[in-house]
Amino acid sequence: MLLKIEKRSEYSKAMVYLTPIIALALTVLASILLFELLGVNPIEALYQFFVAPLDTQYEFSELFVKATPLILCAIGLSLGFRANVWNIGAEGQLTMGAIVGSSLFIYFPETDSIFLLPAMIIMAAIGGAAWAAIPAFFKTRFNANEILTSLMLVYVALLFLSVLIHGPWRDPAGFNFPESQTFSESADMPILIAGTRMHFGTLLALLAVFGAWIMMARTLIGFQVKVIGEAPRAGGYAGFSQKKIIWLTLLFAGALSGIAGFSEVSGPIDQVVPSISPGYGFTAIIVAFLGRLHPVGIFFASLLMALTYLGGETAQINLGLPVAVTGVFQGMVLFFLLACDVLVHYRFRLNISRKATS
Amino acid sequence: MNNGGGTPQLELRGITKAYPGCLANDHIDLKIMPGEIHALLGENGAGKSTLVKIIYGVLEADEGEIFWAGNPVKIPNPHAARKTGIGMVFQHFSLFEAMTVTENIALGMSGRQDMAKLAREVVEVSNNYGLPLEPHRQVHTLSVGEKQRIEIVRCLLQNPKLLIMDEPTSVLTPQEAEKMFETLRRLSDEGVSILYISHKLDEIKALCHKATILRGGKYINECDPTQETAKSLAEMMIGTNLHAPEHSAQPEKGPVRLKVNNLNIDADIEFGVNLNTINFEVRSGEILGIAGVAGNGQIELLAALSGETRSKDASAISLDGKEIGQFGPNQRRNLGLAFVPEDRLGHGSVPEMMLTENAFLSGYSRMSLMNNGFINKGNTENYAVDIVKQFDVRTPGVNHTANSLSGGNLQKFIVGREVLQKPNVIIVAHPTWGVDAGAASFIHQTLINLAENGAAVLVISQDLDELFAISNRIAVISEGRLSVGRELSEITIEEIGLLMGGTHGMGEKTEAAHVT
Amino acid sequence: MSGFDWIVPVILTIITAATPLVFAGIGELVTEKSGVLNLGVEGMMLVGAVSGFITALVTGNYFLAVAAAALAGAVMAFLFGVLTLSLMANQVATGLSLTLFGVGLSALMGQEFVGEPVSALGKLDIVGLSDLPFIGPILFAQDALVYLSFVMVALVSWFLYKTKAGLILRAVGDSHNAAHSIGYPVIAIRYLAVMFGGAMSGIGGAYLSLAYTPMWAENMTAGRGWIALALIVFATWKPGLVLVGAYMFGGITILQLHAQAAGLNVPSQILSMLPYLATVLVLVLISKDESRIRKHAPACIGKIFHPAA
Repeated sequence: MLLKIEKRSEYSKAMVYLTPIIALALTVLASILLFELLGVNPIEALYQFFVAPLDTQYEFSELFVKATPLILCAIGLSLGFRANVWNIGAEGQLTMGAIVGSSLFIYFPETDSIFLLPAMIIMAAIGGAAWAAIPAFFKTRFNANEILTSLMLVYVALLFLSVLIHGPWRDPAGFNFPESQTFSESADMPILIAGTRMHFGTLLALLAVFGAWIMMARTLIGFQVKVIGEAPRAGGYAGFSQKKIIWLTLLFAGALSGIAGFSEVSGPIDQVVPSISPGYGFTAIIVAFLGRLHPVGIFFASLLMALTYLGGETAQINLGLPVAVTGVFQGMVLFFLLACDVLVHYRFRLNISRKATS
Repeated sequence: MNNGGGTPQLELRGITKAYPGCLANDHIDLKIMPGEIHALLGENGAGKSTLVKIIYGVLEADEGEIFWAGNPVKIPNPHAARKTGIGMVFQHFSLFEAMTVTENIALGMSGRQDMAKLAREVVEVSNNYGLPLEPHRQVHTLSVGEKQRIEIVRCLLQNPKLLIMDEPTSVLTPQEAEKMFETLRRLSDEGVSILYISHKLDEIKALCHKATILRGGKYINECDPTQETAKSLAEMMIGTNLHAPEHSAQPEKGPVRLKVNNLNIDADIEFGVNLNTINFEVRSGEILGIAGVAGNGQIELLAALSGETRSKDASAISLDGKEIGQFGPNQRRNLGLAFVPEDRLGHGSVPEMMLTENAFLSGYSRMSLMNNGFINKGNTENYAVDIVKQFDVRTPGVNHTANSLSGGNLQKFIVGREVLQKPNVIIVAHPTWGVDAGAASFIHQTLINLAENGAAVLVISQDLDELFAISNRIAVISEGRLSVGRELSEITIEEIGLLMGGTHGMGEKTEAAHVT
Repeated sequence: MSGFDWIVPVILTIITAATPLVFAGIGELVTEKSGVLNLGVEGMMLVGAVSGFITALVTGNYFLAVAAAALAGAVMAFLFGVLTLSLMANQVATGLSLTLFGVGLSALMGQEFVGEPVSALGKLDIVGLSDLPFIGPILFAQDALVYLSFVMVALVSWFLYKTKAGLILRAVGDSHNAAHSIGYPVIAIRYLAVMFGGAMSGIGGAYLSLAYTPMWAENMTAGRGWIALALIVFATWKPGLVLVGAYMFGGITILQLHAQAAGLNVPSQILSMLPYLATVLVLVLISKDESRIRKHAPACIGKIFHPAA
């Protein structure tokens, strides 16, 4: 091999910040190729994807609407990933949060109290956390792999939503469409800026960013999460409990994902429908990594991924590009990021082979 | 003195190998005659392992030549080495735990094998050389000594002309080592050359015909070890005059600080060892050494003492009279227990975290590094800086990661972190394993000073020289049982060797404590 | 005619439901035996499914279609190999990203073909035998891939436990450092194992789009790639048990379909949950015995190998 990979004596802090940018640049290059293959002018396509969606103030606010669930889910997931807890079931936790949070309105539609919305948000957090508690229990008690259990529960949650919406929760006045009745005003997320769809959930997301930042940087719990993830035996040596951290990170992620799901149904969607999320819970995995598992990084990564959702729609309308391009784009970002991450711990070096003197 | 006549079996000229930031081998020359047992002597980090890996084709040299029976050869990989006639027994065995003895041997040979025929050959060769093996046993059920036999038999089946042995006795009892020497002498008589890597001076004097000494990656000297004293060999190896740690011969023994009373632990993992009625106590001012071959319950005992495993019975462990058997690590720490684990990276420290964070890891509670629920960054940094200064840790700064430090410096950091917590009892596992001589003697002196200031010190080590240098009393752990601790003046190396081999004295018959 | 007429069709549908799991499971088993955990099975199956489907639609040649699916899966696996083996990326994260990427890529590739029908993979008729009552249709009138799936299980079993190459592959999974120091090319061996896993996942996916439901739909694997991963834990890394497990899960999938057809008064979605719930249950029951998992799992699984010093 001409190129030699050498371990750095210490990981490169500069590369930690640089690699997401390199990965993005590579993704853009690869998408230019992709657009050529799809027979679209790449410059035009990139413009439609990344610039056009931000033309107006309304469109700019939409960025935050899409980013809100991504931020909430990704903050929760990132804590788990930090601790080597691979919860990939945020989509299911999001769904259960939406269901449990909405149940208050569905069963008490007449309620007109200012406490209704806060109660629904709390219920949503509990619903999401309860769904995440299942893999936590199975992992800590029976050592069952949380990757597989949390993912299986996504399918179960989606099917459960389908049962409700095709059955007891269907709006009797809704011409038999699988939809609940629309939320009353007291069950709606308040709009932050008139004329946009930006809602209170965005503030909750920012609060989550801030809270997670403080927790990871300055508290013992945050320290424990990092130690358990980096070196579980060192955690045991310091008296930290791995089981406690598994529970904590899963419950935390479940609660935040639950709030994310509820803020969708009570915000932009305004009713319970069979498909609450276009895969926010999965995209959040990409967001978490792209944001370097750091709350502030996740904030920016969420905005970027939100842009790809908007850009995908714009490109579909204006260029007739398939929406699936968004998914490919998101997958590529993560791929390139993981590839570039080699630079954090290793450096490449030209292998100038000094031949044995003969 | 020159090698008389004849062609060397193996000759190295100017072998050089560089790693980023270090020259592991700097123009090394070496000659081994047929039938010669040749020692390669040097400290940890002297470049011995790198050199033999080059000979065996695991690594490629940057510069230099290899001659085999007078002809220049290239050894690009271990298959080529085996074909040439070189066999190697690795220090950290190259064995596959989940496989059988025969499968392991087949893997170490090139080409296809008929497994049934191979199994018969294994029995034949192993009996022939006094290295009995059962071909169908799974490796993880074997003792360390048996595992080493697999490696040796694997080499012998290929009729090597040169056998490389990398620190072979570090895992053996003195008696097992003596048996292995007989095998090596017999091979030497049959004309097989042996390259014997070690830092143990006595065994080199007893076994080897020639010795090449390496220091800091450089060739230092070639000599006849039988003509040298252990002290002169050591000086060539280390370069400076050695000074043994100093401690007052008759320590002031105070009250019992650590007491272990009928400690029983069932190993929770497949290949672990059960602890069986362990009893001992360590007094203030005293250093108790626990010797034993690795894998005889040391890991389990350490976990039970640190609190990573809780005992069923609170009274099994007492600290200054308080029963702590069911306390977690942090509770024990707050009562004055400090602990230096065997594995520096990943157990005693978090490799990818900064020294400040690693200081916080074990010190946050006893050193009051928390402030209203938040981490007090200022105090944490001061604590880390104190450790670095007082314990001579060579690092550009406390914001560098643990894995950027050399083994010796990291060990000094960890020992310093624990010592600055002013422990009443400190438990240290393998304090100088893989540490350079300077750091080792610094650590030994630190432990002795700590004891003289009233702490009780427990040292668990495989290195008998180390235990004899610093302990007041020595006990031996074997198959999960601990022998009675004996004063240094009342015990000999031979007795310890017998205890390590599982002879518990008092005619008591031992039973295997391995979990099945 | 007796009242047991339903048995043959039920068994036939179980076979079609189990076959994709057999392929994906046996492929991933080889990957894991070499010490690599590839969580991208779902993504590789999807890309295999869509590649196979498009090839069948365009060429009408099912042999080419299956080959294309295998190739597509292997290419995806090769990408995974580049990241985890050459660039030493975390295997869990990379596997996840392979699945996310595969979901997007397959949707993009297949978007013009959604809903287009192809004729189902033809059944082989073994003359004389396929007409036998009961066992005839079950044993002697399956499509070629069903037979291939059994052949693959036997082949993998033989390879792993009866050949030197298989011994080496297992050795690499047991201790990559030891294997490296005796001179085996750890990385190259793992590349082959990973790509074999990818090819098998691709064929498993193609079975879905060519035989099980001969059409293409986005995300049509519906978690089967993940179930295949769970199967390997269930089988404690033994090829024969992967086969047994695949047929168990196939049975559960079919059970719910037939229960729905039989007019069981339960919402169909509840029955559709069964395979997923069964997977969780099986994982819990098997993993409970931690030492048993530890004993059978390849010791190096998921660990990064860096061949320096």
